[in-house]
Amino acid sequence: MRDVTASTTLKLVYLARLREAFGTAGEDVAPPPDVTTVAALRAWLAARGGAWASELAAGRAVRIAVNHDIARPDTPVHPGDEIALFPPVTGG
Amino acid sequence: MPVRVQTADFDVSTELSALRGADARVGAVAAFVGTVRDINDDASVATMSLEHYPGMTEKALAAIVAEAKTRWDIVEALVIHRVGELRPTDQIVLVAVTSAHRGEAFAACEFIIDYLKTRAPFWKKELTPEGARWVEARASDDDAAARWTPRG
Repeated sequence: MRDVTASTTLKLVYLARLREAFGTAGEDVAPPPDVTTVAALRAWLAARGGAWASELAAGRAVRIAVNHDIARPDTPVHPGDEIALFPPVTGG
Repeated sequence: MPVRVQTADFDVSTELSALRGADARVGAVAAFVGTVRDINDDASVATMSLEHYPGMTEKALAAIVAEAKTRWDIVEALVIHRVGELRPTDQIVLVAVTSAHRGEAFAACEFIIDYLKTRAPFWKKELTPEGARWVEARASDDDAAARWTPRG
């Protein structure tokens, strides 16, 4: 059992095609301390392999939001943040 | 509320009347209504399901409306976007803008729908005879939104 506390975790949300590919709507994760940006988080998740590797590979169009604002690769992530991963939007 | 996300349908006439209110400053009302087509990318569409990211959706739409108000001299703006199961001919989205003159209302209305299509977290999934498929984002939508970005 992992020792995960609220102060050290990120709340991940997966939407649309990514939710189906990952088989879950989200999870709480405690990445290693060097995961300090959106880009590092994406790479850390992709290293899980399988659907994570294929959906989050460099070159795949993935949008990431931090606390409900669209983020850039260098946007920092902090414990307690809600981070959503999703495909390009198709509303309207 | 200038921004609403709902499963229920909307009545355009009722919404436009409410938006205008009794405001005598208003001389123009521009509205865009998006509807479900029965053909998309050469496949027939039986139903469409629309999902969104609650919390971010409202924030993103409110930010788009706020930006429209800084760019154009408009009186009010309204966005209603439906989610859930929709069928061909159903209404999906309403964008409505009031202003003193038509130019501002037309421009702000087009800006809001262009930005909505590239920035608001909605996703469409179509049910076709070949099965369900997520709608792919279009480069033409990015191009439409980019028209509003000042060239530096």
